Amino acid sequence: MRPENYEAIKQPPSNEFELNFGPNHPGIEGNYAFRVKLNGDEVLSARADAGYLHRGFEKLMEGRLWIQNIALVPRICVPDPVPMEVCYSLAIEELCGLEVPERAQWLRVMQLEMSRLAAHLFAFGGHAATTGMYTPMFWGVADRDLILDRFEELTGGRVYSIYNIPGGVRRDMPDGFLDRLESLLDYLDSRLADYDNLFFRNQVFIKRARDIGTMSQEQALKWGVTGPNLRATGLAFDVRRDDPYLVYEKIDFDVVTEPGGDALSRNLVRRAELKQSIRILRQIIKHLPSVKGPVRCPIPNPLAWNVPAGETYTRVESSKGELAYYVVSNGGDKPYRVHVRGPSSMHAVQVLEKLAVGSRLEDIAQIMFSLDACPPEVDR
Amino acid sequence: MSDIPYKDKGSILGPFKSLGFFSRKPVTEPFEPRIAADNYRGFHVNDWDVCIGCSTCQKVCDNAAITMVKIPGLPDDPVKGIRNERPAIDYGRCCWCGLCVDICPTGSISLTQEYVHTCREDELDSYFILPDPKGMHNKLFPKGWSKSEDADLVDLERQHMAEMEPQSRSDNFDEIVDGFTDQQAIIEASRCVQCGMCHDSCPTNMHAPEYIRAIWEGDAEEAVRQMYRSNPFSHVCGRVCTHRCETACSIGRRGDPVAIRWLKRYAMDAVSDERVREIAAEGKADFISGKKIAIIGSGPAGLTTAFDLAKNGHAVTVYEALEKPGGMPRYGIPEYRLPYDRLDADIDVIKSVGVKIECNVRIGSDISMKQLRQDFDAVVVAIGLQQGRSTRIPGSDHEQVRSSVDLLRMITAGESFDVPESVVVIGGGNVAMDIARSLARMQKSQYGKVAVTVSALEDFDHFLADPEEVREAREEGVVILDSRGPRECIIGKDGKLEGLTTLGVISIFDEDGRFAPSYDEADEQLHPGSMVIESIGQMSDISLFGEELTEELEWNRGRLQADENGVTSVSWLWSAGDMVHGPDVVHAVADGHRVADSIETYLNKE
Repeated sequence: MRPENYEAIKQPPSNEFELNFGPNHPGIEGNYAFRVKLNGDEVLSARADAGYLHRGFEKLMEGRLWIQNIALVPRICVPDPVPMEVCYSLAIEELCGLEVPERAQWLRVMQLEMSRLAAHLFAFGGHAATTGMYTPMFWGVADRDLILDRFEELTGGRVYSIYNIPGGVRRDMPDGFLDRLESLLDYLDSRLADYDNLFFRNQVFIKRARDIGTMSQEQALKWGVTGPNLRATGLAFDVRRDDPYLVYEKIDFDVVTEPGGDALSRNLVRRAELKQSIRILRQIIKHLPSVKGPVRCPIPNPLAWNVPAGETYTRVESSKGELAYYVVSNGGDKPYRVHVRGPSSMHAVQVLEKLAVGSRLEDIAQIMFSLDACPPEVDR
Repeated sequence: MSDIPYKDKGSILGPFKSLGFFSRKPVTEPFEPRIAADNYRGFHVNDWDVCIGCSTCQKVCDNAAITMVKIPGLPDDPVKGIRNERPAIDYGRCCWCGLCVDICPTGSISLTQEYVHTCREDELDSYFILPDPKGMHNKLFPKGWSKSEDADLVDLERQHMAEMEPQSRSDNFDEIVDGFTDQQAIIEASRCVQCGMCHDSCPTNMHAPEYIRAIWEGDAEEAVRQMYRSNPFSHVCGRVCTHRCETACSIGRRGDPVAIRWLKRYAMDAVSDERVREIAAEGKADFISGKKIAIIGSGPAGLTTAFDLAKNGHAVTVYEALEKPGGMPRYGIPEYRLPYDRLDADIDVIKSVGVKIECNVRIGSDISMKQLRQDFDAVVVAIGLQQGRSTRIPGSDHEQVRSSVDLLRMITAGESFDVPESVVVIGGGNVAMDIARSLARMQKSQYGKVAVTVSALEDFDHFLADPEEVREAREEGVVILDSRGPRECIIGKDGKLEGLTTLGVISIFDEDGRFAPSYDEADEQLHPGSMVIESIGQMSDISLFGEELTEELEWNRGRLQADENGVTSVSWLWSAGDMVHGPDVVHAVADGHRVADSIETYLNKE
């Protein structure tokens, strides 16, 4: 006889099972994981499992001098580090009332666009790999390396350039840099057709990516989606144009949108942005030589630098979306609080969890790469 | 909308386009090492001859990757501001940001264009390196990221100290410098990198990094507290210190050293005298030891000893032969450099901790040394150097040939004397400048013009007086001649002094480095003056000891023999200050502390 309070253990139906997707999985970006519940290969639910890459950046920043953090922030997002430096510097400049010389502003925009190019090459290469096409990935990585060469020349570092500091940039560009940048742009321009032929017009990609991970514009806005992912739902919003910072107002570029809201649209937006970034860089190459002057305004001794008490929220358009720093100073030589609004936090957690439901197991990687989510930035 | 015609399925022949790739140049990376960019941030190199071991790189390192390592055999000279420590880098922590390069005060550290370091598992130590000029693998890679004007994070320019214009200061004894404003002081203090070279070089090891930090934090009281840890003459030192700290300052390697002396002046002036007294009394013993100490001389050495001992609970009496306490800072330094009320403020603080000062008491005549010996447990002689040395040239015994210390004392004491219409000063040190500038002021106010000539033995490259003294003296109309040796004071037929003749100097020292000036007899000049002032050094008046004690004491070339703690050959007698170490306020203060410590030990042993 069973006791009165007996309750049978509820077993999941035998056709459902849980699978750990990552953190060691070729289809996942970085150290990140999903716990997915599957029926066959259909995803019933997905739960983001972050934290493998948590380094506590926001807390670490509170213990370091304002200037020391410039070496820390680029590590928050490895593929696109420059916006981190620029956004952090903008925040301090706003708190201190520093006026960044115009030349430094142009140099910053130049790096931001170089970094965007590099990040987008990385992103579409990664997406291609998730659909089994490895050549675009190799191409993307190889061509990104050519951009890193220019970063090395300009900033002294290939990946973490640590070139922007509050007040401007650390040093002027080397002689002949713009010529070499221009020939790189010529090369990348010529490569766009190759990318199209191999990937963006490839039916394997188009058929796999179309209608995968689709979200509507309303959903996107509700979920906090920004950047190319938002523009792929048809909404033309870009911080560079709608809340311009640095010298973006003086630069001519289009905010490209796609109506689909699916993985295909997101990639196409990125593809179009490659072209826009090249266009912006060409304008910079033309304009920068006429902007003379220093590349940094005077700043106090970094070891004895009290930033006036206050708080500020600065945002920039990174390759992933809207990146923002909320910085609070209590008037001390270290930040009181720094919060990073990383676009990937939304894309890789709440958005991906929702978009994965109903899709097939093999598409999870594709959706994630199409969102260009960056796990180091989620974890921070 | 993007312009990708992705809906266009393309031709079935499309893939053949790829054949075109056969004609492209293959992308290969060569085996040989890649050439890095000129700015590349590779491994560290450090020029040990330029590096001073200030550890600023360590302070800015955001990953605590830098450790300062002592290197025996390298120069270690606190006075010059050099330590025998060099940065070692832990490449397990370094992130190659290059902030160490940008903040290096000397510019010794750079990063090379070297990319690769790898090792076997048992060589993990090789990631912890001590960069030297040869580089990590002794391969002499070219420098990458190194010091540049754009990226330099050291503030090389000092805040401007406002001072009176020469016209408005030349006929009065008002203090010349205005002092820093609050804002200037904070900015100036912010230039400090907290290396501590100043602390090491200061004779009394003032806690300059701490008080500069406090000033930067806007906490002048804390700054004063830090100063009183090691210097009860902070008002005086804030104005007239020889500031060795600034000579050693690491910022001064490439730029203007931090104005440490002026910052001290600022903090002392920013806090009320009453509050300074409260701060100075912190830590005073709450008991009375019952020991009595007599101190002869109320200059910086004597009063510092008195301050320390009084704070330890002893009964201290200071005897001063002159009318007011203060010693040389009062009777030797003109008021335009050190206003008397600031000196009084320092002395008031010292009095407030219980030091008794008896003025107009001359030991030796009013009270004998023997008496002191009987009445006190310990006696300190800190009488300074109050007698001028004479050149003993012909005519120097004329009554109008005076000594600079005598005249300076008379000016302070308000004793009247006939201000000469023209005067020649022999000597090139700061005291010569003091008397020259003081007389220039008096001439200006009495006669409306300045006629002071200073003739110094040394040439301007080896001048003894501070450059700013020379500059300011010239601005005030003093004529300064270098490389002139005094020959004779010319006395006219009427017995009046007519001036000084000097000869051009060929050399000052002989081959063995001894003082033996040689002159060019052909190069003789007459400098007219109704007074000649000798300012070539001072000595002590040791008559106070009396014959018996003078016999008992040991002497070293006319100076009282004492060990580094001021202990003389007589157990109850200490000596301190200028009479032991030569003229300098901050040395005297340092001496005072040492003697006080030594007496404390002695009293505790008793």
